[in-house]
Amino acid sequence: MSEAAYAPPSAEPAAHPIAEFRGVSKRFGEVLAADDLNLSIRTGEFLSFLGPSGCGKTTALRMLAGFESPTSGEVFLDGEVVNDLAPYRRPVNMVFQHYALFPHLTVAQNIGYGLRQRRPKPPRDEIARKVRAALEIVRLEGFENRRIWEMSGGQQQRVALARAIVNEPKLLLLDEPMAALDRKLRKEMQIELQNIQRRLGITFILVTHDQEEALSMSDRICIMRDGRIVQTGTPRELYDQPRNRYVAGFVGTSNFFDGVVERADAYRARVTLGCGIALEGRVLAPVAAGQAVSVSVRPEQIRLARTATGGETGWEVTILNRIFLGEHTEYLVKHDGLGEFMVLTPRQAELSDGPFNAGERLTASWEATSALVLDNDQAPQAN
Amino acid sequence: MTQRGRNLLLLAPAGAWFLVMLVIPLAVVIIFSFGERGPAGGYVPAFTLEQYANLPARWAAFKNTLMLAPAGTLASLLIAYPLAYYLAVRADPRWKTVLLVLVIVPFWTSILIRSYAWIFLLGGRGIPALLDLIGIDNVRLINTPFAVLIGIVYGYLPLMVFPIFVNLDRLDKRLLEASADLGASPWRTFLQVTLPMSLPGIATGCLLVFILLMGEFLIPAILGGGKVFFVGNALVDLFLQSRNWAFGSAVAATLVLLMLVSVTAYMRLIRRLGAQREDVALM
Ligand SMILES: Nc1ncnc2c1ncn2[C@@H]1O[C@H](COP(=O)(O)OP(=O)(O)OP(=O)(O)O)[C@@H](O)[C@H]1O
Ligand SMILES: [Mg+2]
Repeated sequence: MSEAAYAPPSAEPAAHPIAEFRGVSKRFGEVLAADDLNLSIRTGEFLSFLGPSGCGKTTALRMLAGFESPTSGEVFLDGEVVNDLAPYRRPVNMVFQHYALFPHLTVAQNIGYGLRQRRPKPPRDEIARKVRAALEIVRLEGFENRRIWEMSGGQQQRVALARAIVNEPKLLLLDEPMAALDRKLRKEMQIELQNIQRRLGITFILVTHDQEEALSMSDRICIMRDGRIVQTGTPRELYDQPRNRYVAGFVGTSNFFDGVVERADAYRARVTLGCGIALEGRVLAPVAAGQAVSVSVRPEQIRLARTATGGETGWEVTILNRIFLGEHTEYLVKHDGLGEFMVLTPRQAELSDGPFNAGERLTASWEATSALVLDNDQAPQAN
Repeated sequence: MTQRGRNLLLLAPAGAWFLVMLVIPLAVVIIFSFGERGPAGGYVPAFTLEQYANLPARWAAFKNTLMLAPAGTLASLLIAYPLAYYLAVRADPRWKTVLLVLVIVPFWTSILIRSYAWIFLLGGRGIPALLDLIGIDNVRLINTPFAVLIGIVYGYLPLMVFPIFVNLDRLDKRLLEASADLGASPWRTFLQVTLPMSLPGIATGCLLVFILLMGEFLIPAILGGGKVFFVGNALVDLFLQSRNWAFGSAVAATLVLLMLVSVTAYMRLIRRLGAQREDVALM
């Protein structure tokens, strides 16, 4: 737990999975909270479950902690099936969404709780030493004898974190631990969490419905929807190669032009939009003619110019709105057929040609390779 | 109106009630206890300690009360706690309320009627007759302290169950999960989280039952059959039968004093326990 234990983050986490879902489903009466989950969690990685409310993130986490057992399928921890292993027998600790700190105990007693359950029980001074080290990690030295209700929300959150990491679990589960914090504190805690994870080398699984949080903190993100895993990958993979429109909408922002595939091969497709315009785009997952799709173009991949550039198709647009974001400027533009969409222009690009003003008529263009043709099925995708 | 004025107004009804129903009767009792019995009963003003000197005559009543009130409280607690725990923690939430009502339903009939049922159960043709069948003969239950204890537990159980139930019901179940997550077995979770967190409910239930038991007279009258009697029975006797108001007042005043002393001692104990709650949890 000291600085000496610093383990630099390995670029490629070890392949050995610390935990695994194999065909795991969980049913609560009518609700299928987890639907055929297949996921392998690598030792030492920082993985996030990302998805809207009610998509089954907490349920997945609770099956790892042992509070729920799957209706079907197998949950593995460290290579063993643990479907029905009681929570107190698992080398896993959880930071609960509302912390669940013991109000009848002091801060130090809360943090030492897990150590006191060990058999044989560690000596008093060893517990005290580890508690002090954990308090140091979460920067709460001197708060040992405080009562829980005497702590602010952010401090409580750090106590909850300390109470979990002091046990040096193989796997740390965090269920929206920062949901109750204000923006500034949340940013600070995110950085702190990442530092702690790298320092201790513990595998972290974070549940969140904040895409920014997931993108900035995780090695890998697992996007969920209606109890299913839609796609798992590094933030960059999800951003560059979303499996479908749902993922593209969840990771970063994008412009979507809905339409039907006119013709397609393995690499490219031509899509006819509702307004009759046809767009070309790159294909990541195979699509067939007649399929409902969305053409996704990221705002930063669209260029605006006063004069049409040769080679690419240009769209005559009118600027509706301009938001100055420092390094970038965000424009909301409108095309007669395509409708409204967003364009993000870097400051550099504006030095020669910009800035553009609201009401101005310009040409918007993008390379066909930056347009992605994505499945637009509203129902969840099989894995 | 000032804040102070509003506070006074809020307290006025309770204050009036307190004065009329508590302070004045208590003052009357204390004054009477220093008086004398009239020739035809009742009370004659005087100032004498004679009535207090006479207290040992009622020693048995005090002894029974001081033994059976704490014993009854403890027995009720031991039976009520698992029941309240089951209702609050284990029972199916859909049935919780129904089950709780079932515990309270007996309260709707008079304790008098319910205790009479026990006369039969504990009497010669009840449980002793059954024991006789399996070869245990000559068991006497009715009119013993044990019979009174059974009656007490039976009569006061809901009063003990309720505060503990409310306390356990409000206990954040996530704390139990957190404890399990940190490696505590269910039994250790009970000892370290559930029990310490339900101390307030236990304290309330015990206080309630104990205070009422100190003044109890119906159960000993019915199940003690004149052999096991409480101070309450002595008072009924002194005020209603022998009409010795002065001595009755001295007995009553002594009972009030005993209650004050024991409740104060009890509160001290609870406060000490509360301060040690972390130690309870560290067991
Ligand atoms: N104990 C339970 N009994 C019945 N239904 C449940 C139970 N737990 C979860 N569910 C249902 O399972 C689904 C998934 O719930 P879960 O708590 O996993 O969602 P979540 O992704 O964590 O949502 P949120 O972001 O709001 O926390 C929901 O429809 C929920 O109503
Ligand atoms: Mg949740």
